[in-house]
Amino acid sequence: MSDALLAAALFAVDPVGTGGISVRGRWGPVRDEWLAALVALMPERTPVRRVPSGITDDRLLGGLDLAATLQARRPVIERGLLAEADGGVILLPMAERLSPTAVARLTAVLDTREVVVERDGISVRHATRLGVVAFDEGIGEDERLPPSLVDRLAFAIDLTDGDIEDAAWTRADVENARAALAGVEADARIATALCEAALALGIDSIRAPLRALCAARAHAALRGAVSVDDGDAATAARLVLAPRATRLPAEQAPPEPPEPPEPPPPPERSDAPEPPEEQRSEEPEPSVPLADLVLEAVRASIPPDLLASLRGPATPVARSASAAGRAGRPKRDAVRGRQVGTRSGRPDGRAPLNILATLRAAAPWQRLRGGDGRLEIRADDFRLTRFRQRTASTTIFVVDASGSAALSRLAEAKGAVELLLADCYVRRDEVALIAFRGQSAEIVVPPTRSLVRAKRCLAGLPGGGATPLAAAITLADETARAVVRRGNSAVVVFLTDGKANMMRSGKADSAGAERESAAAARIFRAGGTTAVVVDTSPRPRPHSAQLARDMGARYLPLPYAGSHELSGAIQASTRRPR
Amino acid sequence: MGTPFPFAAIVGQDEMKLALLCASVDPTIGGVLVFGDRGTGKSTAVRALAALLPPMKVVAGCRYNCDPDAPAGFCAECLARAGGQPSERRLKAQSVPVPVVDLPLGVTEDRVVGALDLEKALTQGIKVFEPGLLARAHRGFLYIDEVNLLEDHLVDLLLDVAASGENLVEREGLSLRHPARFVLVGSGNPEEGELRPQLLDRFGLSVDVRSPSDLATRVAVVRRRDAFERDPAAFSREWEKETARLRSRIVAARRRLAGVDFPDSVLEAASRLCLHLGVDGLRGELTLMRVARAVAALDGATVVDLGHLRRVAAPALRHRLRRDPLDEAGSQVRIERAVGEVLAPEGAAA
Repeated sequence: MSDALLAAALFAVDPVGTGGISVRGRWGPVRDEWLAALVALMPERTPVRRVPSGITDDRLLGGLDLAATLQARRPVIERGLLAEADGGVILLPMAERLSPTAVARLTAVLDTREVVVERDGISVRHATRLGVVAFDEGIGEDERLPPSLVDRLAFAIDLTDGDIEDAAWTRADVENARAALAGVEADARIATALCEAALALGIDSIRAPLRALCAARAHAALRGAVSVDDGDAATAARLVLAPRATRLPAEQAPPEPPEPPEPPPPPERSDAPEPPEEQRSEEPEPSVPLADLVLEAVRASIPPDLLASLRGPATPVARSASAAGRAGRPKRDAVRGRQVGTRSGRPDGRAPLNILATLRAAAPWQRLRGGDGRLEIRADDFRLTRFRQRTASTTIFVVDASGSAALSRLAEAKGAVELLLADCYVRRDEVALIAFRGQSAEIVVPPTRSLVRAKRCLAGLPGGGATPLAAAITLADETARAVVRRGNSAVVVFLTDGKANMMRSGKADSAGAERESAAAARIFRAGGTTAVVVDTSPRPRPHSAQLARDMGARYLPLPYAGSHELSGAIQASTRRPR
Repeated sequence: MGTPFPFAAIVGQDEMKLALLCASVDPTIGGVLVFGDRGTGKSTAVRALAALLPPMKVVAGCRYNCDPDAPAGFCAECLARAGGQPSERRLKAQSVPVPVVDLPLGVTEDRVVGALDLEKALTQGIKVFEPGLLARAHRGFLYIDEVNLLEDHLVDLLLDVAASGENLVEREGLSLRHPARFVLVGSGNPEEGELRPQLLDRFGLSVDVRSPSDLATRVAVVRRRDAFERDPAAFSREWEKETARLRSRIVAARRRLAGVDFPDSVLEAASRLCLHLGVDGLRGELTLMRVARAVAALDGATVVDLGHLRRVAAPALRHRLRRDPLDEAGSQVRIERAVGEVLAPEGAAA
């Protein structure tokens, strides 16, 4: 836990240089305590602004202040949260739910250090230097912080369990460090060691060593030094590089997977074994190259189970599939009906009044209407925002990869999914892929527009094992609901022979498994999701038809059809409901 | 914007830099798309252009960046200033930096195309057009970061204007048109969503950027970036000489461009390459020629040769291959192979 506070202190010393902290852990006393400790370290009157995940652009960037505009009869600009946070901190609760647009705004501010507003007829820029604290409250694998944001934040800490101790630093320490920061030197050796360590750890992004360098400098400043020493670099590496490691700094690099694995989520570093101070006080032998020392610090902070999982010779295909699956982060633009223009009409509570357009409509008439200094707006002036409900559609493929299916139809099912993927690509739809086999179902590809990834995961999908149908239906249901919650529409396409034989409990019992899957199917039906069941068994069987009925899904017995027919049939049945 | 990172100080990423330089030498190349890994300096390179490029001359007071030396392309206001007849009166000129306009992701349509000036309308009750970002980008660059996340209706609008070179405004009782010719530069990370095929095709050049993998380059990137972040002004001063050198190279290339000779044999090779790769339409071939010419001009050459063609084949054609969206092999490999087969130095003589 002491690392959590150390990160807070370093961030407090240099919020702009380090970029920020991503904090894993849900809302609770520990998090509150940590945040209080952070705020206590920052200089007094540091602006701290909380940005809710559903924030609109006008609040984030600033826009027209309506009341003031009407009163003053000229556009009055209201600053957004980002500009207000200049010199301070932006807090992002539930950052994993932040829309890609809002994330892009934030990252632009972090990169250019200014807020650029080009909206509502306004064009202004505010110099804005800020740091970000992003709270990651995601539970599932597909709820992760936006990678483009994480890439810019130096630190990643985990507050899921443990306590916050008293900070070892005071506000005065931080203030002193801030004052000294500009004078802290870091020689080329430090940058080289951090770059080397990042490469050895399989960290692709070049921002990582850069942020680590800032962290090292902040660390040096905090302990009152005028130049960065090896201990500072080691600490920075532990805090900044370790959470991003994708492979072991082994003497011999482990066999590279075909595709460089995505950075795993911040390793669950609950209770890092060594408190930081101890490590720093260990004077390194002069003969040890700095990069090695840095790597050693990183190695010590990576929990053993993670090392084992990186090192272990797990079945390569399964690993690549699950690694990519984990990497699938929410990265798509939730199109919640986007604004496409305005129309005249009365505000009726459904279409929101577009203030700006209304003012524009009213403006040219003001002189004619002979206003007494007040702005006169008539009913004719009302302009309503028009939205186009082009809700993006997400097609969720649920592929039966069990032994019975694998033997006959898995290849064909894959072929059909590929064709549908190509079709989705043209329509810019999203796809998700769930596979079930053995004892469980898993999301192989979370909803994504990146078809290349979907294709890759599909190709690597192994077959064999029992058929845990109930688990698959439930997972599909949950995924579909999550998609709908984000404002998209979901279509679920099951490719299965409908023969369940694995219970949720992991017991191989056909009768029990079928009971379970029937129950799951009825729950699915209650959700009202559009679904298609494609019977992939060699000849049509009553199981699948029954399953389709239970799920309220369309049944497509296509025993002998090739991929093309399958794709055509699914398209025909999924088009209409949308 | 504060001091941008100097273009000349960007480490590596040669293809991206070359593409941007080519577009600066010959804006008719038709835009640059930069796709690739995070943190590879995509935005940095584009935003650095304003400080790198030589300033341009505009009609003093013109809101649309009209070129005083090209009266044929005047906006309505400049036409009026010139007394109706473009050639009659010479307008006063002023020197301004080449605009590199950032199109932020959440931009509203009225800011892009321009709209009724609210302030004038409210206070004076007069209808005045307030130019938008398209007007500001005229004769410069329009940069869209995360172009793959841009909303479709804005994308359509931009394509339309980029194709016609003119912004047609019909809104709020305003009806006007003004010139809007700019180099569209888009960047993005393919992991976050692909680009619509229609949009892809509109870019003249497409560049893939990767994080450098060798230590020395990475250390250089980190150190320069760090030095810049600590003191942007001092860092830019340090690179001023290098920047000036690059600038004069661009100026010289622009002057030389029209005179660069394109021999028939090279032209033929370009056609063969496009044919070989199955590139649709003439656009690919045209771009390939223009870019090759721009590269030759940048090199100080007076004749385009196969070497120039080879250097630009990938960025000019990569995004034009008829592709299976699911094909992983990648266009890069196909182009390299085709370049090897078609543009082999001996083959040219035949």
